[in-house]
Amino acid sequence: MDAVVSNFDLYWQGFRMTLVLTLISAVAALVLGTLLAACRVSPVVSLRWFGATYVELVRNVPLTILFFFFIFVAPQIGIRTPSFFVSACVALSVYTAAFVCEAVRSGINSVGVGQAEAARSIGLTFTQTLQLIVLPQAFRTVVPPLINIFIALTKNTSVAGGFAVTELFAIGRRLANANPADVIPVLVGIGVCYLILTIPSGILANWVERKVAFAR
Amino acid sequence: MTSVLYDIPGPKARRRERIGSVIGGLFVLGLLALGAWQLQQNGIFEAERWSVFFDPPKNQEASDVWNFILVEGLGATLRAAAIAAPLAVLLGLILAVGRITPQRWVSWPSILVIELFRGLPVVLMMLFGVLALQLSFLQAVVFGLVVYNMAIFAEIFRAGIVSLPKGQSEAAYAVGLTRTQTLLSILLPQAVRRMLPSLISQLVVLLKDSSLGFIIGYAELLRSVQNLRDFFGIRYVVPLFVVGAAIYIIINLTLSRLAVYIERRGSKKAAGGVARAEEAVGGQVRGIDDASTGRSGGSV
Repeated sequence: MDAVVSNFDLYWQGFRMTLVLTLISAVAALVLGTLLAACRVSPVVSLRWFGATYVELVRNVPLTILFFFFIFVAPQIGIRTPSFFVSACVALSVYTAAFVCEAVRSGINSVGVGQAEAARSIGLTFTQTLQLIVLPQAFRTVVPPLINIFIALTKNTSVAGGFAVTELFAIGRRLANANPADVIPVLVGIGVCYLILTIPSGILANWVERKVAFAR
Repeated sequence: MTSVLYDIPGPKARRRERIGSVIGGLFVLGLLALGAWQLQQNGIFEAERWSVFFDPPKNQEASDVWNFILVEGLGATLRAAAIAAPLAVLLGLILAVGRITPQRWVSWPSILVIELFRGLPVVLMMLFGVLALQLSFLQAVVFGLVVYNMAIFAEIFRAGIVSLPKGQSEAAYAVGLTRTQTLLSILLPQAVRRMLPSLISQLVVLLKDSSLGFIIGYAELLRSVQNLRDFFGIRYVVPLFVVGAAIYIIINLTLSRLAVYIERRGSKKAAGGVARAEEAVGGQVRGIDDASTGRSGGSV
């Protein structure tokens, strides 16, 4: 138990790093994913293909492989990032964007046909229809799945710990190896830190789901 | 589906779309060309780099390299997934049944277990297996995969049972089946069938997550790619990585396609049975599609 109490500052450091990784990657993935979703519903065939290919490829590759790519392989083909932290953010965003894209797309598809028809019948253009009518409604539907995607992202940041970013998982491994007698309390402490982030988010997702549910 | 956003295009709009497609296509091709140029600049296309797969350096045989990737690496990945998947499904089923039992001393622990393991990273549980439970690497990977995925499978099964129309269990009780009988012979078979696509996509996740074993030191596919890189040198990392990633993509795409196929087939067949049963008890038929396929038959 001493190992947990006396290393509280390390826990706090790891917790902050996990949080920062999650927030940066969440914002980046949200932007990239929404752009990809726009590609996937656009009338332009080539963009639709691009979006679909991206999603199919990234969703079917383990996150660990993406990390491996951005940290070990990318430098070999001349793509260098300033630090492991940046590489980790890129890998997490690229991976999560595919899931965000699918959530947003299914949200767009869930908006009633009549909505878009009405928008078109009063003369709105494609962009206006999407921007003023469909997306605001779609976002209400996609918020709960998006929160779930970000919960998964929070847990996925632990992979960064395996690639030289000192977040919670890496701190946990370091402390567990340094204190063989206290392995269980150390790791349970790390687990609790993750649960502090994930369980309230899960409750929030359920609450939002009930709140924004509306009859169509 | 998305055609609702725009009219069926006329001749002008079609021309615009074609122009747009060409421009967009050129843009994407430009990106690809840029990427290819970048690869070319760094000498990735040199035949010598790819020789690792047919005429490897350091007096190694090509068959050894492939053996190392496919038999040892992929073999270890598949072994972990193959042991973990049935265990996770079975435990998930038990947890799902536990969660919907009215007895609180059964349902509350089930909820606790599900919520706890859903919220923890898989790799942390693998590490816990290695350091705290003193498991071997394979056992630890299986442990991590099982405790996480059983929680997810439990939620999938529960969602399937909850999504069934109420008339199903009411009818079962009305003909005198007990709670257990209703669950086993009426609700679960329908729920499993309904949730088959979700179950398969979760299996894809499980297979993907087995690569987390790389982080704790299990010698799986990615680790064998890394070991080959260390042995042959960093020059060969790109070809090795491409093969490793391609293996994952091929396996997972196949599984995902299977899920889509089953979903399409299942929505025709299973809907028939449910829609008919709903009509029989005067309940709401879920949709015109279901009602119409209900008449065209299918296994009940």
